[in-house]
Amino acid sequence: MRTEQPALPLPATPLHPRKRAIIVGASSGIGAALARRLAAEGWTLALLARRFDRLTALAEEINTAAGEIRAVPYMHDVTDTAAVPDLLKQILADLGGLDLFIYNSGIALPTGFRHYDFEKDLEMTKVNYIGALAWLDPVASLFQSLGSGHIVGISSVAGDRGRVKNPAYNASKAALTCYLEALRNRLTRRGVHVLTVKPGYVATEMTQKQKGLFLVASPEKVAADICRAIRRRKQTLYTPWFWEWIMLIVRHIPSFIFRRLNF
Amino acid sequence: MNSKLTYEKFLPLENFGHSLRTPAYLFRPRDAEDILTAFKLARENGLTVTARGAGRSYNDAAINGGGIVLDLQQMNRILAWDPTCGLITVEPGVTICQLWQTTLPDGWWPPVVSGTMTTTLGGCLGANIHGKNNFRMGTIGEHVTEFTALLPSGAEVTCSPKKNGDLFRAMIGGFGMLGIFTSITLQMKRVYSGLLNVRAWGVPDLKTHLAEIEAAAPEHNYTVGWLDATASGRSLGRGQLHTADYLAEGEDPAAAQTLRVEYQTLPDKFFGVVPKSLLPLLMKPFMNNLGVWGVNTAKYLLGARQKTYRQSHAAFHFLLDYIPHWEIAYGRGGLIQYQSFLPKETALEAWTEMLTLSQKRGIPSYLGVTKRHRPDNFLLSHAVDGFSLALDFKVTDSNRTRLARMLSEFDEIVLQAGGRFYFAKNSETSAETARRFLGEETLNRFRALKKRCDPHFVLESDLYRRIFGEQQ
Repeated sequence: MRTEQPALPLPATPLHPRKRAIIVGASSGIGAALARRLAAEGWTLALLARRFDRLTALAEEINTAAGEIRAVPYMHDVTDTAAVPDLLKQILADLGGLDLFIYNSGIALPTGFRHYDFEKDLEMTKVNYIGALAWLDPVASLFQSLGSGHIVGISSVAGDRGRVKNPAYNASKAALTCYLEALRNRLTRRGVHVLTVKPGYVATEMTQKQKGLFLVASPEKVAADICRAIRRRKQTLYTPWFWEWIMLIVRHIPSFIFRRLNF
Repeated sequence: MNSKLTYEKFLPLENFGHSLRTPAYLFRPRDAEDILTAFKLARENGLTVTARGAGRSYNDAAINGGGIVLDLQQMNRILAWDPTCGLITVEPGVTICQLWQTTLPDGWWPPVVSGTMTTTLGGCLGANIHGKNNFRMGTIGEHVTEFTALLPSGAEVTCSPKKNGDLFRAMIGGFGMLGIFTSITLQMKRVYSGLLNVRAWGVPDLKTHLAEIEAAAPEHNYTVGWLDATASGRSLGRGQLHTADYLAEGEDPAAAQTLRVEYQTLPDKFFGVVPKSLLPLLMKPFMNNLGVWGVNTAKYLLGARQKTYRQSHAAFHFLLDYIPHWEIAYGRGGLIQYQSFLPKETALEAWTEMLTLSQKRGIPSYLGVTKRHRPDNFLLSHAVDGFSLALDFKVTDSNRTRLARMLSEFDEIVLQAGGRFYFAKNSETSAETARRFLGEETLNRFRALKKRCDPHFVLESDLYRRIFGEQQ
């Protein structure tokens, strides 16, 4: 019933089983690193992003390395939430199922210390949170029905406190973290694993123009941590590991001090 | 039938051997109208449709990852039964069990049955099953006088050997890829007793094994062999043969009794004390190379002497139903079956090579079954004038890759020996292998019929994509 046929993976067989994953936001950064790593581990992937040429190049790179079709690119803008139901259905049919869903799309649009910009805040909320809802709702319903599956949301340490620099970014990530926690509470009893990932600063396009960053990790390191956490069915992952301790302290800084900080 | 496409219907479906688990939107149509609704839903959502019966294929024949699967088990009405001439018309979800239970009291038995009675007629026809009497009675398709099927366009076609003969010979054995059966008329076989005369004896090696099947087949109604695939050296291919024959009219003085359904029961306890539901658990510790070798050796030694006895039809035919859920004894990875069909001239050499190879690789089959076959004139046919050997293999995380490599070597041996494969069994047959044993011309004829019956490729299964996917 498909009109245009992209190169699709062969169906799974008992001796060639397939684990299938969707990565939303796969064209660069953590998403691309996750795609390379999961493909190397044998996963079959649907890669989604707006920048289709980069996505196609990545899929080609993965498929050439694997010697078979292991990644299929799909052009998708997460702010186009209306497109999600049909696209998800198509991916399920193309991959032949789903075992892992990763929502990685995220943007940070700095507004400046004293400025307020609703347009930017709205855009961040749409990409970081509303887009996630549009995907996670049907995926949660799907996994609930299957009684299995992994959901991974790439949130951020930024969601742990509201800070002076980018309130809407913090809020969008806090909302995502909270939503993922609620999903976990709903779905653990149905056999579904939900992982909240809270990376610190990562060397990606998002952080390229930001100044004053410290302890910057590589996307590959973060992707490796995430893959391990999926295997171990971890609930929350701070990556690299030391952010867990940093954020433990940050979360406990009393407000009368925190509101005087410029951090 | 609730006709909405929701994720609540997105459920994991398995093959018979529990070695494949793939999700699909599962619908349970009750009539042809419901099937049409499903076709419409598929078109609206850009999805494909696969028909599924009891799910007793060892591979991906009734699996459609991410698409729609129609479980036809609720379409299980017997539409007409004429005990005077033995013609029965049924819906596709009627099982072999329902079939014989309806007809046996009137003195009729299905002409061809599978090793389990849980299979549906729709599934049996889609796979064009054979039984232990293939050399004499052919496949089940040879006893179908007529069927009707729904095409994705919504048209219903009626086929018989004379009417729409090309479709008749392609839809039987066509795995539901051309249309979905809605009614099937089958000619049953007259029997005069609920019992069979059974003879069992041991065979010490593969050469004797095949020679004795070949010698026994013309003399008997049914012939089947058990092959101990763990035995090596001079005992390679040893096993036990069973033949069975119908009783002639008047031979069974208690025919009225033995033809009753109640008489055809399978034992519920083994050795008089072990409830059969417990057996898969008790079998589990033996499901390894050493355990199976021990069990097989004991079985062979105990069965070496010739025995004759009378057995009910159900007890002789439905060995796989003796132990409910025997498949779970194979553990988490489940099992696969590899069945090859070889001409009688090349079988001995090819199977000697295969059995030796499997032992050398340390992946012996835990169950081997041999049968005698004859060719048929269906389009996608697995039949040869020769023998078949079905080998069950346990699948584990650690043997998967090695097993896959070995089976592709098996494929090469079988192809070189002029053999064929069966789409209800082998799960790893590639498009290339299928092309080599079916031939380009046969595939082109099937493709032409596919285009005629299903131009938009609504009917697809994982099996279809595996065999035809790359060649559309």
